[in-house]
Amino acid sequence: MVKTMPFEEPVVQLKAKIEELKEYTVSAEVDLTAEIKNLEKRLHKLEQEIYENMEPWDRVQVARHPSRPTTRDYIQLLFTDFIELHGDRLYGDDAAIIGGIALFDGKPITIIGHQRGIDTKENIKRNFGMPHPEGYRKALRLMKQAEKFNRPIICFIDTKGAYPGKAAEERGQSEAIARNLVEMAGLKVPVISVVIGEGGSGGALALGVANHIHMLENSTYSVISPEGAASILWKDASLAKQAAEAMKITAPDLKKMNIIDGVIREVYGGAHRDSEAQATYMKDVLINSLRELSKLSAEELIEARYNKFKHMGEYNE
Amino acid sequence: MIRDIFRKNQKKKYATIPTEKAKNDVPEGIMVKCPECRKNVFTKDLMKNLKVCPTCDHHMKMTAHERVEIFLDENTFESMDDHLETVNPLNFPSYTEKIKSDAKKTGLNEAVLTGVGQLDGQKVVVAIMDSHFRMGSMGSVVGEKITRAIEKATQLQVPFIIFTASGGARMQEGVLSLMQMAKTSVALRRHSDHGLLYISILTHPTTGGVSASFASVGDINIAEPKALIGFAGRRVIEQTVREKLPEDFQTAEFLMDHGQLDAVIHRKDMREKVATLVQMHMNKEVSTW
Repeated sequence: MVKTMPFEEPVVQLKAKIEELKEYTVSAEVDLTAEIKNLEKRLHKLEQEIYENMEPWDRVQVARHPSRPTTRDYIQLLFTDFIELHGDRLYGDDAAIIGGIALFDGKPITIIGHQRGIDTKENIKRNFGMPHPEGYRKALRLMKQAEKFNRPIICFIDTKGAYPGKAAEERGQSEAIARNLVEMAGLKVPVISVVIGEGGSGGALALGVANHIHMLENSTYSVISPEGAASILWKDASLAKQAAEAMKITAPDLKKMNIIDGVIREVYGGAHRDSEAQATYMKDVLINSLRELSKLSAEELIEARYNKFKHMGEYNE
Repeated sequence: MIRDIFRKNQKKKYATIPTEKAKNDVPEGIMVKCPECRKNVFTKDLMKNLKVCPTCDHHMKMTAHERVEIFLDENTFESMDDHLETVNPLNFPSYTEKIKSDAKKTGLNEAVLTGVGQLDGQKVVVAIMDSHFRMGSMGSVVGEKITRAIEKATQLQVPFIIFTASGGARMQEGVLSLMQMAKTSVALRRHSDHGLLYISILTHPTTGGVSASFASVGDINIAEPKALIGFAGRRVIEQTVREKLPEDFQTAEFLMDHGQLDAVIHRKDMREKVATLVQMHMNKEVSTW
């Protein structure tokens, strides 16, 4: 049973009702086909109504859904021959970021992404997808390797943020993120980032200085979590819902603000309902991006990335 | 009496020394004892299992020629620089004799075998160190052979793959050995600047000057399970820091946890995985979609 979210409760109830009637038809030998058909029509309409008018806070719930597909799921569904490469060659191997080489459409590509766990045990190993500096340094090492061998890079962003811990500070969390931003700006190969879940602040951006940035429809990308913003601005974390609306953190909002290049549509109710279909939607988008970017020279790619980020920000002069 | 039964052995006033013939009851070469779990394995079975103990999965040492056999495409390997001869630059006592005896034992001119071959149809240059030859230690000839192999790979514009197995720099050649670390590195830098792939496969044991030079700087660093890899020896470190080191210290798995390795790969998967990696690095330009 997939965990359901409050905003989709009417859909869930109606679905249960339909199931009940179907069972009843079999057990009591009463013909209820007409009623069932009617209800199914209503369900379809209700689904449209609910899923096409999702509030920011609803999207936050979907983005955080425990069975939402992770980087590893997309790697399995989109690529072949994935070989995971470990370690930053400096201090450790951070399981909160995974990376490696695989074939996409038969052609080599480097993949890097945040990785959270699917259960408590794995979440502890992967630190809930919150990287330490060694995670970012591993990512950078793999990007540099991709650059040397002329492989495009695809980054999957899915983190609440870089880990705020003592050890992380000692090893230079800030420097690790900052270094990635600067180095990504100069990469001579196409870089595509896709926000697949939560894009939490600098910890997300460290995999996000890309030529194309895409977001899944129900993912978020923000300078801070809604809870964090609410507690800083209004000293009350329970106002997260309002903060989610105020901060413009959803994919459609960010597209309107020209922060991202595209919104990847999701299957009804969220990617977790059908990860295979979701991967197909994503594949088309990635291929289009690669087609466009592989035409550009190294200088053009760097120039395009420069211009992209140079124009972010609003002010009067 | 019952007591006599126990006394029986005490009466024996002499020791038995088995004859040479009896000692070789299990003719040499038929069975091998796993150094890890101490179980006996038939040599024939062991070779079929790529010298991995069927009981405990311990990866035993391999000779350079055995590696060629299990790693490269059949009959594609052509060795290089077998004519180079080790000299005794510091006139170290009995050094030349030891080299001669190891050469006879292993059929190699030095502790590394280099050459050109094919891996799943792709041309590569390989260097395979052999720990049966002076513990795989690196002197002038080892350094020169590896350097020439790297240069060959650069000239042919193909990947360079090394299997390391070494106790480190060779003491008997003094500072000349130390400089082989730098010599191999300058050659690797050139190879890398041509955008070519270098895969370092660290096998048991890879330590000292070899781990502190070419073994650690692959575009991709791979190790065999449980391989001992480190800079200084365990005893030296324990005496220096005066504390007991963890059981898994300096194993391949320990190194991977500490960010030094890309992957630990079982011997039975090594050929296929490395071949895939090589395949993925044949592009000279970004592919078009």
